[in-house]
Amino acid sequence: MEAVLAQAREHQATQVHRIVLRVGALSGVEPDALRLAFDSVIKGTPAAGADLDLETVPARGRCTDCDLEFDVQSDFIFTCPKCGRISGELVQGRELELARIEMS
Amino acid sequence: MEPSLKPPPRTGTRTIELQLSLLEGNDRQAARNRARFKELGLSAINLVSSPGAGKTTLLERTLSEFGSSTPCAAVVGDLATDRDAQRLGRSRAPVAQITTGSACHLDAGMVARAVDGLDMRGARLLFIENVGNLVCPASFDLGEKTRVVLLSAAEGEDKPLKYPPIFKSAHVVLLTKMDVAGVLGFDREAAAENVRRIAPQARLIELSARSGEGIEQWYDLLGTLTPKG
Repeated sequence: MEAVLAQAREHQATQVHRIVLRVGALSGVEPDALRLAFDSVIKGTPAAGADLDLETVPARGRCTDCDLEFDVQSDFIFTCPKCGRISGELVQGRELELARIEMS
Repeated sequence: MEPSLKPPPRTGTRTIELQLSLLEGNDRQAARNRARFKELGLSAINLVSSPGAGKTTLLERTLSEFGSSTPCAAVVGDLATDRDAQRLGRSRAPVAQITTGSACHLDAGMVARAVDGLDMRGARLLFIENVGNLVCPASFDLGEKTRVVLLSAAEGEDKPLKYPPIFKSAHVVLLTKMDVAGVLGFDREAAAENVRRIAPQARLIELSARSGEGIEQWYDLLGTLTPKG
C-alpha cells in the first residue's frame, strides 16, 4: 500500500482507480485474505474505492536431470513430464509484485 | 496469467506499468542481515513450524548440548510473552525475544533489531525461532543461510501436501516428536514420502528432542553449517 501511495504522489495523482498485483501460486499469499486487508487499508487514502486485480503467476519448475522447464500442477509436486523425476527447483511462482496502477 | 476482461480506462486515467516486488524492502534488509552475519563469522538458521511442533524444545536441547562446544545465539519470535527466551536463557547462549504483537511472522527488520541487542561475539550459529505459522514465514527471508521446517508427529503426515510453499522453501525438514509417533498412529514413512515429493531438495531428519533419537544427525548437520575458523 505504501508503494501504491508513493507512486500516486510521484505521478501527482489524486485518485487511484485500479491496482494490479502479480501473485505467484507459491507466494504464500491467500487472495481472499489479501482482498480483505486491501479493503481496510485503502480507506481514507487516494486509493479508496480502487479495484484490486490479482494476476496469478503459475508455478514453473525445472527438472534437475534434463533441464526441461514445465508448468507445475496444482498439487505442487514438481514431476518432470519428460523423465518423471521429482525435482525441487522453482523457476517462477513466488512473485508478489505491484504490476501496474491506474490513476488520475 | 489469464488476461481478465477489463473495462476501458476512464478518461484522464493513466496507467503506470511497474514490476515492483512488494517484498523488496524485506529482501534488501535480509541481504544486509546476511552480510552482517557473514562479517560476524556466523550462520543463521531460521526455524519454522506450526505452533507447538517442538521448536523451543529442540532449541533448548541444542543450545545446551551442541552449544556447549559450539557457541550459539538465539532469537525467538512470539506474539506475546518472553517465556521462550526464559526457557532458552537457562543455557549460556545469548537469547533475545521478539514479541511481534499481532504479526504472524518475523521479518528481516525485526531480526536485525533483535540482533543489535545481543552480544554476538564468538557466536558461530544464530538460531532464529520464527512465530509458529506455516504460511506467512514462507515469504519472508530473514537473511538466514538455512531454513529448517519442523513437522511434528501430532500434525499428520499430509502437512507438506497442504502447505507446499513453506516446505518448498526448506533446506532441511525435521520430523519431530518421533518418540510418540507410534502412539499417535503417525506413519513416518508416509510423512517422509510426502516431504520428498514436495521438497526433494530438503535434507530430511527424523528426531525426538525428548528421547534423543536422531539428535546426533541434527548435530552433525549443524556441524556442517557452522562456519570454520
